Amino acid sequence: MAAVTALNESAAAASAGRTRGMQAGRRRRLNVFRYVVFTVFGLFFLLPLLAMLRFSLEGAKLGTWSLTAWRQIASYQNTGIPPLLSAIEITLELAVITCAVMLVLLVPTMIWVRLRVPWLARTIEVLCLLPLTIPSIVLVVGLGEIYNRIQHYSLSALMLFWVYVILALPYAYRALAAGLGAIDVTTLSEAARSLGASWFTVIVRVIAPNMRQSILNAVLLTWSLVLGEFTIAYLLLYTNLQVELYSISRNTPNAGVLFSTSFAALLFAFALLMILSYVGRRRRGRG
Amino acid sequence: MAVATTTQTGARPWWAGRRPPTPAWVGTVPFLAYVGVFLLWPTGIVVVDSLKNPNGAWAFSNISELGNPLVRGYFIGSFKLCVLSSVAGAVLGAILAYAVASGDPDGVGRRLYIAVSGVLAQFGGVTLAFAFLVTIGPVGLLFHASWYFDFPWGIGLIYTYFQIPLMVLVFLPAIDGLKVQWREASENLGASAWQYWRYVGGPLLMPAFLGALLLLFANALSAFATIQAWENQIAYIVPQQISTALSSEVGLSNVNVADLLALGMVILVAIVMTGYALLQRRAARWLR
Repeated sequence: MAAVTALNESAAAASAGRTRGMQAGRRRRLNVFRYVVFTVFGLFFLLPLLAMLRFSLEGAKLGTWSLTAWRQIASYQNTGIPPLLSAIEITLELAVITCAVMLVLLVPTMIWVRLRVPWLARTIEVLCLLPLTIPSIVLVVGLGEIYNRIQHYSLSALMLFWVYVILALPYAYRALAAGLGAIDVTTLSEAARSLGASWFTVIVRVIAPNMRQSILNAVLLTWSLVLGEFTIAYLLLYTNLQVELYSISRNTPNAGVLFSTSFAALLFAFALLMILSYVGRRRRGRG
Repeated sequence: MAVATTTQTGARPWWAGRRPPTPAWVGTVPFLAYVGVFLLWPTGIVVVDSLKNPNGAWAFSNISELGNPLVRGYFIGSFKLCVLSSVAGAVLGAILAYAVASGDPDGVGRRLYIAVSGVLAQFGGVTLAFAFLVTIGPVGLLFHASWYFDFPWGIGLIYTYFQIPLMVLVFLPAIDGLKVQWREASENLGASAWQYWRYVGGPLLMPAFLGALLLLFANALSAFATIQAWENQIAYIVPQQISTALSSEVGLSNVNVADLLALGMVILVAIVMTGYALLQRRAARWLR
């Protein structure tokens, strides 16, 4: 949720030229302070990542370099656990399904509540933000029973999407609420309705396209949440990417493929958020 | 809602008049049903089961088991880790947030820092434990910290890695809300930098800071993946013990251990998040 607020509002909210009102000497000292802070924190955040990168490029002998671990991402298999690639596939499929279900469930509901049942708005908000206060480890304790029942019908790890949608609700809700708040929903829907549009058309073809940016926001946040999820899959005994990495690390503690896969996943997430941040800025500039 | 009724007539469906129109709230039923089944029901199961014994009979005395020294030990462990990582994360994150906020508001640096924070705040999980293992762990490239496997210091340091970025994201809007005019005014009145922070900036930011601290606390409380990948032999904190209890039914007799621990966590998080909400409201007064 925090990411959303920051990405949407930061640049606009910041008062331009914070340092302008300051005396010269104080400004110089502030700059020294900033550079020291950036260096120290930069090192703290970079070093573990660099160490991981270095380990992913470790050759057969200590201190040598090789790309083996990166090539292994596609082929790694260890006894007793499913192949790495299948776990990656499942996780990506889960991400797609979760995003789709989240959108289908949340977007029409939020627009509908906004237009027709505003007295329910508060309830919906509370329900959406509730997963923040119920840790996933707690959810899993209760879900165990429900999943035991579902498992009679299907054993695929894809069934995890049911819970992942719940986990994504707070993040998706905040992203979508920001988008919905920024457009004049009532006028748009009245215009469309008076031209004879059905409610379906109003929601899918009139309002939803106007909140494209926040829908993208919600999708990316959901996406990155699913890629990083461990607790629920682990405790319900399903194998997704994180569980797979965990199992590999139990078998072979320093397998290079751990670090190459983790690093690749991280780069992927970073690229997504960078795209998001730039797309967001361009839209704002035009509007 | 007069407007809604007039527009409704425009697109009156063909069956209109043959049966009474369905009330509008019916449209929210799919959502409510979904949340009911996958959020409220499981939570309800936890609460109910924690008040029953394994045979299914009601046993409200279970609650007193939360005071059991064994159970209390896990909560104390959780508490230590959360306090350490959230205080360190909040203080360091606030410093970093200030450094970011005092730069060019549209600059690349700020954009980069926010995007990086967004990724790193989510970068809990198994991967983070790997990263620190090869940095300062037994096979560390940087150095081999002898305290790496000490609780809570080793894992506390690892936790600050995602707590600091979260603090930056949560606290940055508060710092952005400090108006330049306030600083100018205090400087015109002859205040030193220390006096500005002591009497103007600090008090204004305090509610936001404490609120963010509580959010970080809750964040650390529910984290499980990192500590599990860090050390999975010994259970130090509540989520680990829940995991153990789920996979093996040993421990306290006559109690659904996992449910009871889960209930304890819900209560704790609820208290913390209520405090967060109250402080946010207090903070919002100035940050308009």
